Amino acid sequence: MLAPVNIPLESLNVMTLTPMLIPIIGALLILVVDVLKGGLDKSLYVVLSLLFLAMDFFSLLSGAGVFSQNGTMLGMFDVMLVDGLAILAQFIIVGASMLFIPLALTHKRFHEFSYPEFFALFLFMIGGFQFMVATDNIILVFVGLETSSLALYTLIAMHNRDKSFEAAVKYFTMGALAAGFFSFGAMIFYALTGSVEIHKIALILAANGYADMGYVLVGVAFMLAAFAFKLSLIPFHTWAPDVYEGSSAAMAGYMSIVPKIAAFVVAMRFFEFLVHSHIVWLEIVLYAFVVLTMTASNMWALVQTDVKRMLAYSSISHAGFVMAAILIGTTQANSALFLYWVLFSFTNLGSFSMLWISRQKHLPAGQSSDHSYNKFAGMIKTAPMTAVIMGLFMLSLAGVPPFALFWGKLYMISSAVTSGYTILALIMALNSAIAGYYYLKLIVYMFMKEPVVGTNGSMYVSNATIALKTIIGIAAIGTIFAFVAINPLLEFITAFVYNSGY
Amino acid sequence: MLDHILSVLIFFPALAAVFGFMIQKESMRAYGIAASFIEFVLALVLWYAFDNHVAGMQFMESIPLIPAFGINYTLGVDGISVFIVILSAFFTFLGIASLTDTPREKNMIITLLFLQMTMVGVFAALDAIVFYTFWELSLVPMLYIIGAWGGPLRVYASIKFFLYTFAGSLVMLVGMLFMAYFYYQAAGVWSFSILDWYRLVLPENFQLWLFLAFFIGFAIKVPMFPFHTWLPYAHGQAPTIGSVILAAILLKMGTYAFVRFSLPLFPDASAYFMIPIAVLAIIMVIYTAMVAYAQKDIKQVVAYSSISHMGIIILGTFALNVEGISGSIFLMLGHGVVAGALFMLVGVIYDRRHTKLMSEFGGLAHVMPRYATIFGIMLMASVGLPLTINFVGEFLSLLGFYQQSHILTLLAGTGIIVGAIYMLAAYKKAFFGDITKEENKNLSDVNKKELFGLIPLVIVAIWLGVYPKPVLDPINNSVEAIVQLMHEKSTTALAKERIPDLTAPKVVVVKETIIEEVN
Repeated sequence: MLAPVNIPLESLNVMTLTPMLIPIIGALLILVVDVLKGGLDKSLYVVLSLLFLAMDFFSLLSGAGVFSQNGTMLGMFDVMLVDGLAILAQFIIVGASMLFIPLALTHKRFHEFSYPEFFALFLFMIGGFQFMVATDNIILVFVGLETSSLALYTLIAMHNRDKSFEAAVKYFTMGALAAGFFSFGAMIFYALTGSVEIHKIALILAANGYADMGYVLVGVAFMLAAFAFKLSLIPFHTWAPDVYEGSSAAMAGYMSIVPKIAAFVVAMRFFEFLVHSHIVWLEIVLYAFVVLTMTASNMWALVQTDVKRMLAYSSISHAGFVMAAILIGTTQANSALFLYWVLFSFTNLGSFSMLWISRQKHLPAGQSSDHSYNKFAGMIKTAPMTAVIMGLFMLSLAGVPPFALFWGKLYMISSAVTSGYTILALIMALNSAIAGYYYLKLIVYMFMKEPVVGTNGSMYVSNATIALKTIIGIAAIGTIFAFVAINPLLEFITAFVYNSGY
Repeated sequence: MLDHILSVLIFFPALAAVFGFMIQKESMRAYGIAASFIEFVLALVLWYAFDNHVAGMQFMESIPLIPAFGINYTLGVDGISVFIVILSAFFTFLGIASLTDTPREKNMIITLLFLQMTMVGVFAALDAIVFYTFWELSLVPMLYIIGAWGGPLRVYASIKFFLYTFAGSLVMLVGMLFMAYFYYQAAGVWSFSILDWYRLVLPENFQLWLFLAFFIGFAIKVPMFPFHTWLPYAHGQAPTIGSVILAAILLKMGTYAFVRFSLPLFPDASAYFMIPIAVLAIIMVIYTAMVAYAQKDIKQVVAYSSISHMGIIILGTFALNVEGISGSIFLMLGHGVVAGALFMLVGVIYDRRHTKLMSEFGGLAHVMPRYATIFGIMLMASVGLPLTINFVGEFLSLLGFYQQSHILTLLAGTGIIVGAIYMLAAYKKAFFGDITKEENKNLSDVNKKELFGLIPLVIVAIWLGVYPKPVLDPINNSVEAIVQLMHEKSTTALAKERIPDLTAPKVVVVKETIIEEVN
């Protein structure tokens, strides 16, 4: 007979689990509500999700308070690890989700939002992402990754346009491959060190002086490929533009932000010790990933004729830009990653939302895609305010000061400068200049061409409601007045990253 | 209010622009004139309150923006920048007041007011990041002005303008980040303040690289010779008001930045690169003068002559002595007035004939005597006739560089003569002889609105040509401070030799040969 398991509840430190449990409970509650009374309106579910996310956010705030006093918390048999990175990433995940979910309150009817399961899956997904970032146990990372990914595939497929199934299946196939790579990499590291916890792996590898270098490199290669898939780094990016095109604009914006920050945090945890162990091979490969992703995706973005695909490639390019932080690996670079991503989430969600409110159910004659550049031609004459806001987001993405993303770019390039990556800094700067061209192209269409799709400006806001306009307003204000918030944000982020030892 | 007058000067036009959205279309013009007039009066108040005897920064204000990263909103003007600030207020006012019928006038005026904010901001900023912010922001309104109101190739021209400058400035930004990092290493805190950077003495090899990084940003803006190809397109396609502001103010950002950043921050590198840059400047002067001579379009003639004069400004700046730098700053003002006026004059004839080809004109002096007179005066000012504004600047710039190299100065002087040839030839083709085209016989002379824009410029061009002292003195004071700073900061023998020491007693050594001759 087994001895009774006797564990004091305090040692479990259940508090570390609260933020993830809130969205999961919320998801279950939504399902229960649907079972008890079906046919309720989407607005109910949107607001319920928003409430649970708000609770999640508050629990994160209290977690942040505890962290700044006591430092890193462990819980649930040391599986949960709540450090500064985990808290910052969860802030971004939950914050961006709160900006995203009101976008479901569209003027036109989209059939995915009529299912309560959409919102339940959405909350499950957030729970999964939160698990992913708040642990250094590779198995739990994997569980979180799969939970969130499977939910995300379904959310994309629910959009129910011709290209959505293609997108979902493509994403699923690629995601499955990435998951396979991830588990292979994890297996190799377990075989080498007998541990599934990243900090223990680091300790053991350092203790034996990276004796089995060959195996370490194989493991690193698998891990790198898995992260590259998730972060859509070139050459593992091929799914991204098609998936973005197939999903709704709002979902595409969401996908360019939240899954990536989760993957970045795991990559940061995983590669931090490897980068600092001065494995030259890894440094070269990461360098190549960064430069290739930034440059090649910029080139592809130049030749796109559809704004959404352009934004998809631009998101890849931004991910490559931020990947530089993993390569550089200093506290400043890691802080820059978070700063960049906070600012990016405002601007990028804003620009995708602008596409979302101009969504047409049926394509007008002579248009091959829903968001072709031609659709936005001469917008300043028909819908001046909308054009100005869209232009603002484009300028911010291009990195024109004083708009939000400029500060992220500034700090990121500065971190490259301070750690001696001069060439990288120059490449990053020049890539921003190349990127300027395709953002400018949309501005040129909007401000300098004659309207081609009729003089009625209402088309650009046909899908808008108060809720959507509010979200865009928040994104626009965040983009313009970012310079006020940079200092507190920077101090907060730097303190959290530094105190977590990164 | 005088404590914050620079902030007021920067943000009053921006506020006016935002409120401008509420103004009804037909009343927009009056509103624009009123707002820019208030701004101009404020700029005059700045001049009145400006202490001519102080060499350092005045009206300084500072608000921490991102103290964790050493970025502060710091403003201030000295003798070098104060007149360019006034000039930009002056030109925006004249530009809006003499604005001819423009489609979507409301958008144009709002854009011009935004542009004014960025222009004043660039010249008043004392923090590199604030400077960079306004520097980049100034591209956006200009992009819109060229792209929305320009000629047939407007989209190409505006994108070329934007991307060229944008790419150059990003390299400059990397340079600024390095500068801040070096300051951090030396002082232990981050700072982007230009005045803090002035106190930093860098080793020569660092200076050379940083100088190049800044140089790319500035040289594209000026534009210097190999980077100048965007400017003829921008001028050729831009509407009159766009060309006026571009030539009068925006190009000055580059030359101003050389004086504000490159010289005092990197004195050794400036001395090291003096000759190569002077060669580039002389190529600019001579080559563009020759290109200008071959143009058929009168606006292109003015555009190329504008690049040619920018060459003299660069030459004066890199003379690295008080005469040269003061002269180049004075020439910035002079060139602003003259080139701005010439572009306005080209706009006058374009409005009447909708062509800029010189072959379409001829004998205009018969039908438009007042126009021909004003054009003539400005043309003389442009070729640097004594007693006009450009003469002072050109003379001092060349005088300054003469102390560094006689041959190069001689070449530059030749360039100015070529400049006189093409300008006079263009004038002859357009204004003298018989009226060859039927359409030209009934052209109306300049009207009141146009005179309102042109007459003040004529007055300034002659007044400052005859009596430059009120402007030249404050410039001289500040330039002396900068040259002395450069001399003290310089570490190499070459720089010590090329940058004069102003505190050294001025003695004249009589050479032995002379003594022998006397004996």
